[in-house]
Amino acid sequence: MNRNGPIALIFHVLFLGFLLAPILIVCAVAFTSQGYLSLPTEGLSLRWFRAIGDNPEFIRAFKDSLLLGAVSSTLAILVAVPAALAIARHQFFGREAIQALFLSPLMVPHIVLGIAFLRFFTMIGLGGTFAGLVLSHVIIILPFALRLILAASTGMDRAVENAAASLGASSWTCFRRVTLPLILPGVASGWVLAFINSFDEVTMTVFIASPETTTLPVRLFLYIQDNIDPLVAAVSAVLIFLTVAAMLVLDRVYGLERLLVGKGRD
Amino acid sequence: MAASTDTQVQASAAPSAAAPPPRRPRRRHWAPYLLSAPGLALFAVLLLVPLAMTFLLSLNSFSFYGGIENVWQLGNYTDIIADSYFHEVFLRTFRIAAVVTLLCAVFGAPEAYILRRMKSPWRGLCLLIVLGPLLISVVSRTLGWALLFGSTGLVNQGLMALGLIATPIEFMYTETGVIIALTHVLVPFMVLSVWASLQRLDPQVENAALSLGAGPLTVMRRVVLPQIVPGILSGSIIVFALAASAFATPAIIGGRRLKVAATLAYDEFLNTLNWPLGATVAVLLLIANVVIIVGCNRLVERRYKQVFE
Repeated sequence: MNRNGPIALIFHVLFLGFLLAPILIVCAVAFTSQGYLSLPTEGLSLRWFRAIGDNPEFIRAFKDSLLLGAVSSTLAILVAVPAALAIARHQFFGREAIQALFLSPLMVPHIVLGIAFLRFFTMIGLGGTFAGLVLSHVIIILPFALRLILAASTGMDRAVENAAASLGASSWTCFRRVTLPLILPGVASGWVLAFINSFDEVTMTVFIASPETTTLPVRLFLYIQDNIDPLVAAVSAVLIFLTVAAMLVLDRVYGLERLLVGKGRD
Repeated sequence: MAASTDTQVQASAAPSAAAPPPRRPRRRHWAPYLLSAPGLALFAVLLLVPLAMTFLLSLNSFSFYGGIENVWQLGNYTDIIADSYFHEVFLRTFRIAAVVTLLCAVFGAPEAYILRRMKSPWRGLCLLIVLGPLLISVVSRTLGWALLFGSTGLVNQGLMALGLIATPIEFMYTETGVIIALTHVLVPFMVLSVWASLQRLDPQVENAALSLGAGPLTVMRRVVLPQIVPGILSGSIIVFALAASAFATPAIIGGRRLKVAATLAYDEFLNTLNWPLGATVAVLLLIANVVIIVGCNRLVERRYKQVFE
């Protein structure tokens, strides 16, 4: 009995079509051979993909986005791992408050953070710098990393650690040789989710990026505000291809559902 | 191997045995604070201070000739409360968020249920299609809607070909367009949330109800729905909060003509350069967001306590 009827399947197909339509249209438009926006009815061409090469600012923004994502997720992990261990395995005064503070960026609209960081970084002289971008991204991606590491360290068996300690391992050895390998899946998926969130962030970054240091989504956003042409569709299409490739790898290695159930707010 | 661990135990057992017993609880007492200290320092300096400064900025005044003046007053707040233009923007923001939330619940919840009833290879593939867009940049996804609505007009062509409409509907720079695009951006969150609550539902319970003579509609209403309502509600909180503070999608589809709270704050900051007014809009948006998220979460958790436990 637990099967979908014809109405359910029609609904399902329409739903998937709705989800895929805007993504497919971007890819379709990117292959146009025309100099203006049109569907590729007049013939396919890769000219707009070649045109990306003539616009080095997109390539530079892409490299900056990758670097920003890698640096800020690594920093976020370095901060989140000890914090997660503290929250997961100690009862202490202020525990709930500290956890709420670390998760609070999920509740603050990114537009508010953008405004707050613009003002703050301008005052302390970090305005428009890469360091400013990294610091702000660490704040917004830390909750995603923390949640996955928390889940991993709450579920682990502490008897193994106690055994290591009773066998004479120092707390550092115990962490490096026992705890870290056990929570490593959580740490790795936390890094990936943090990287994705940093790479896709646009609302906050648009306030603190400068023309010299900017990310690909911000570059695309500012470009689209002025005009929409096949070039911007081609850049988006490349971004979509790369994301889909990464997604397939991620799904094989870790399971997309497992990674994403932690995404979003509580 | 056994011998070497033995000597290690002896070597390290000596100092720990010599340590006075009260030392252990004291170390335990400080450990969590030391472990979370880097994060606490980072968040204090980079989150609490900038947010506090934004609040202070919202109290300053602004004039086109003098710039920002360091006076403390509530003029910006009274300006927003008194001005019907700002009412309109905030009302539009929450209207859009409410409609988007409703659409996400109406379409996302059944989709999650259908996904769960699918068989193995299809289920994984469809889940990938539903959740995948979450990983694709919101700018690219919104660009897709801008292409469908505007330049190619494919949506209108399709609707007219189907005979559903006689004249083209204006999607770009309208609330309808923003609502459709935002629903597309946010509906995966609803599917995820309902999906998570469906994981707790044993399919055998449905079969039990059926075998006891309940019709499919009764099973849906009496067995499935009560189980997934908490999932729909917590998904709605996420979607509403994200929709009310959305920026990139309303900025691209709504343009400069159709302002919501986030694009209004952006314009005040980067175009008009009235930072105090922009900060005031931001503070109001933040307060509304926190009140809605915390308030609704409390309500949902209290109402459905037994389901969460």
